[in-house]
Formats: sequence, C-alpha cells, structure tokens
Amino acid sequence: MNELLIVKILSSIILQSAPLMIAVTGETITERAGVVNLSLDGKMLLAAMTGFAVAYTTDSVYLGFLAAALIGALFALIVAFGSITLKLNQVAIGFVLTLLGSSLSAFLGQNFTRLPGPSVGKFSIPYLKDLPVLGPMFFDQNAIFYFAVLVVLAAWWWLFRTQPGLYLRGAGERPEAAFARGAGVNRLRYFYTLLGGALVGVAGAAYSLGIKIGWSENHTAGLGWIALAIVIFGGWSPIRGAIGAILFGATKALATVFQQNVAGVSVQTFNALPWVLMIVVLLLVSSDWVVRAAAWLPPRLRGPFLRLVQVAPPRALGVEFKQD
Amino acid sequence: MTLKSFLQRLWPIMPTIASLAFIAALLLAFGADPRTALEAVWQGAFGSQDRILSTVAFWVPLTFCAIGLMLTFTAGLWNIGIEGQMILGALGASWAALTFKDQPAWVLIPLEILAAMMAGALWAAISAILKTHGKVHEIFSGLALTNLAIILTNYLISGPWQPPEGGSFRGTAPFATAALLPRYAESRFSPLSLVLLTLAFIAAAILLGNTTWGLKLKALGRNPRSAFLLGVSSNRETLTAMLLCGAMAGLGGAVRVLSWFDSLRQSISGGIGFLALLVVMLAAYRILWVPFVAFFFSAVLQGSITLQLRTQLHSSLGGILTGVLVLFTLLFGDLNNLKRLRKSARNE
Repeated sequence: MNELLIVKILSSIILQSAPLMIAVTGETITERAGVVNLSLDGKMLLAAMTGFAVAYTTDSVYLGFLAAALIGALFALIVAFGSITLKLNQVAIGFVLTLLGSSLSAFLGQNFTRLPGPSVGKFSIPYLKDLPVLGPMFFDQNAIFYFAVLVVLAAWWWLFRTQPGLYLRGAGERPEAAFARGAGVNRLRYFYTLLGGALVGVAGAAYSLGIKIGWSENHTAGLGWIALAIVIFGGWSPIRGAIGAILFGATKALATVFQQNVAGVSVQTFNALPWVLMIVVLLLVSSDWVVRAAAWLPPRLRGPFLRLVQVAPPRALGVEFKQD
Repeated sequence: MTLKSFLQRLWPIMPTIASLAFIAALLLAFGADPRTALEAVWQGAFGSQDRILSTVAFWVPLTFCAIGLMLTFTAGLWNIGIEGQMILGALGASWAALTFKDQPAWVLIPLEILAAMMAGALWAAISAILKTHGKVHEIFSGLALTNLAIILTNYLISGPWQPPEGGSFRGTAPFATAALLPRYAESRFSPLSLVLLTLAFIAAAILLGNTTWGLKLKALGRNPRSAFLLGVSSNRETLTAMLLCGAMAGLGGAVRVLSWFDSLRQSISGGIGFLALLVVMLAAYRILWVPFVAFFFSAVLQGSITLQLRTQLHSSLGGILTGVLVLFTLLFGDLNNLKRLRKSARNE
C-alpha cells in the first residue's frame, strides 16, 4: 500500500463517520436532558429517504435537509409527548417508532429508489488543502464533514461551557435541583428532545445526500443502532462520541478496502466487525472487569485510566420528572 | 346509557379506527382506492383454503416468539435479540437436517427441533450473560447478535452449506422430505407445529400464572431492587427467562425452515421476531391475548403481500399498519391515562 492509498482510506473513514457524528451528537443532547430516544434507526431511515426525495423533487439539497430535520423533530415530538406528557415507557415508544420509520421509509420511498439526484459537494479550504496528508484528509472534504465538526464542537461548548447547558445537564442529572433553581425541567426536555431529533434527521439526510447518494430500501439500516451504542461509549460527551464515530467509520471503511485488496478472507468477516466492536466497546465501558483490571495498574495511573475508560449515564436518564 | 359512557365504551377500538384512517389516507395519497386495497388484503389472508393455511403457517412461528417474549417481558427484559435467536434456531434445525440427513423422520425431526431450541437458547444466553456479568443492556447485545446471526447465515449459505450446483446467495438446496415437518394438503402449514405451539403456550401460561418461578419473574420485572432484597436472584431469573425465550424463538426458526420453506434461506426470519415484540405490546403483556393479536398481524402481513402483487404498492404497508396501531394504542389506548392528563393540566 502506498502513501496515497492510505491518505485516501483515511479521508474516506472521516467522511463515512460524519453522519454518525451528527446523529451521536443529537442523541447525546437528548439523553443529557434525561430522555432516551430509541427510535434512531427508523428515524434516520425515514429522514434519509425524505431528504433525498425532497432534494430530488425540488433540486435543492437545503430543502432536503430541512425536510429531514422536520421528520426527525416530528418523531422526537412523539417520543417526548409519550414519555414526558403521558409518562409511558420510553423504550416501548422508541422501538415502535423504529419499526414504523423503517416501514414508512420503504413505502413512501418506493418511487425514489435508485435514482441519480442532487448531492452535497466538496468544500476545499484554500491553502490548507495543499498541506501534505492533513490537507486531503481534513481540508479537502465534503461539506458535510465540516458541518459535523461544527455541530460536535458547538454541542460540546453548549453542554459544558454555558449556563443553559448547565440547566440542560441538570434536567438529566438532578431534575429536582434544576427545578428548584427555576428551570422548567419538562419544557427543557421537550426542547432538547426535539433538537436532538432534528439533528438525527439531518444525519440521515447527510448519508443519502453526501455519503451513499440516493435512496434504496434499508439504506441506512443499522446506523441508528450503532449511533445509540456510540452515545454510551462516548460517555454522553459529543467529542468522545465523535471519536467513537470515527472508530466505527474506520471499521466500515476498512471493510470496503480489504474486500477490494485482500483475497481469501470472507466478505462476511468484515461485515461482522462493527457488531463485534459494538459489544466489545460496551463491555469495556460498562462492566466491572475494567475496574478489576485497573487494580493491577500502578496507583498513579489508576485514576486517569478509569476516567478514560469508564462512563456513567446521566443520573435521571429515562426517569420521569413529576413537578409538584 | 348516555352518549358519554357510550363513547367511553367505544374508546378501546379508537386506535384501530385511527390507524385504518391513517392507512386509507396513505393509500389515497398514492392514488389507490382503500376499498380495493382492503379487499385485496382480505383475499390475500383468507381468500382460499391455501391462503388461510398460509396465514396460519405464518402465525405459528410468530406466536412462538411472542410466547417466549412474554417470559422476558415479565422479567422486565427487552429481548430485542429475539430476531437473532430465531435465526439461530433456523440454523440449528438446518444443521441437524444436513448432518443427519440419512436418518428416518422420527429420529431426524426431534433432533432438528432439539438443535433449534439449543441454538436459540445459546444466542439468548450470550445476551443474558453480557447483561448479568458485563452490564451490557440486552437491547444492544441483542441487536448486535441479530446482525451477526444474519451474517452467519449468509456465510453458511454462500460457503459450507451452499447447494452442490454452486453457491447462490438465495439458500441451501431443499432438505430431504424426511427432514421436513409433514405439511397439510401441500400448504406451508404443518399440523405438528400447531401441536408443539399449543404445548408451548400451555407451558408458558402455567409457568407465568401458577409457579413460584413466574412470581419471581414478576417481582423482578416490577421492581428489580426490592426483588433482590427479597432474595430473588436477578441473575438466575434473567438467565432462565432468556434461555426459555431463546428456545421458543428457536422453535419458531425451526418451523420457518422445516415447514414454511424447505431449506435455509437468506431472509429466513422475515422480521417475525421484531413483529412479535409488537404483538406482545399490543396484547398489553397478557398471554391469553397473544395468539389472537398474532393472528391478526399474520393476516395483515400475508394480505399485504397480495396487495403488492395486485396493486404494485409496496408490501411494507402491512408493517405500517401494525406499527401505527401499536403506537396509537400505546399513546391513546388508555383512556384513564388521558383523563389523568387532562386533570393535571387543569390543576396547573
């Protein structure tokens, strides 16, 4: 493998992971506010279909993204209404919506399959793009990549560096305390569930308008579930989530590359990688084994190691808040 | 009877009416006549003896899965991996059918069924152990394992188990007649599968309703913490519930291979595992309702295949109807919940 090929692979990894980064950030925001929106997979499918169909019909990718965001927000509204207002089981509603979104995308998209359509183009940053290696990887990328980076950084800044972000985390961490400080917990939860849902919708459209352009049945299937797992792996932090997204993007891109270049290894082996990785990664961040393994480390390294690996969900994640 | 109380009595069927209206609107948007569509669905599900038997044959594995899910739901587990457990059951049955192919039917069929149950239980056990010993939520392990099961199927079909005339991605060569469950009147329905299903249903109903184990399961599902304090080992109950559910799903998978098809196919599960989750939710976790809801779902899905053949409309319409129906029932099915909501809104 020469250097050019490696750079090509790396830049493809980074592009592959852009929609995942957006989806992970969206769900991270939702879960930080204390709501689990399990409908990701179906929502992304329907948003990917809607985004492409609208962009195809109107010949405008912007309208495509807008429509996808609305679909994402609509699904999120159903989850929010069911779980916050009606106090129903969040997992049940999310799961039903997952299946429904997948069926709806197949039905509504039946006349849009395998059509050539508009797509988001490259966006080169002058001068920086001529840098060796880094240039083609980061500064000569699809516009979706820049948007994803922007979303991740903005979400991180909002969550951890602003006052409203503190209230947002409060709603998911200690809703009673946040309420005592004057935050309308349920109103905040509604808002961030909708915002997160809209972002996930955008992620779906990013896939069908920028990565694998067009629409076919089950276009993004599985991506939403992977995003949900990355949210956990990312410890409910957008930046760590983005790193997780790149890790998963890498396994996907590597599978494609190896299929073309390595003979004798079954295609299925590589398709299995992301799912094996999903289990391994979740084991790593949530099981006690890590704690036991840390006991073998020198005491000085123990703390940083555990902080690096272990994560804890927002305390009131999935717990309804009763205002009284 | 006043109008109000009449409406309240009528309320439980409101989600059904709303879902049908939703589907009718979709059909109209696609330029199809809802009445013709409904007729096509009815014809597809019950139009002839053959169609009815097909609907029943689809219903059997769906009900197997739904019965299994009753156990895991009672224990408070979200066994989404049931789809994969069913696929593993199909693989287990196929393995037995291919390995012992020279045996007579009365040896082969029990072997196939046993292999299917063990394979399904194995896949469920992985999920259960990942939960009890690794704290990985069963939703994620189940999904990953489902996808791994699909990949494993594709590998076996295109590799070790491919038909002698060369690999296709479609399926294995048809199994010997002795390996298949005896079918009724050249349909896809096997009376033997119905016998097994009845036994499984009775066993599950007794387990849930009349045993200490069922009671422990309920305690675990309602409140894991206090169940633990009362001495219910959540790990053991989780594992047994998952194992039994996996075995049930495995049985469903065996029926798919040995009676619905005659070989291992690529899309062997047909989404039945996921559908079974909807069945149990719509049955409101009551086991007596499960077979009826499952039957309704089978009719809708079988009917929508005919709908696609007749009108060129995508058969996912059946999936939309079942999904919308469960969603509306969850959201608006419980009138008391809505009343409480209105009351609290007035108080604020």
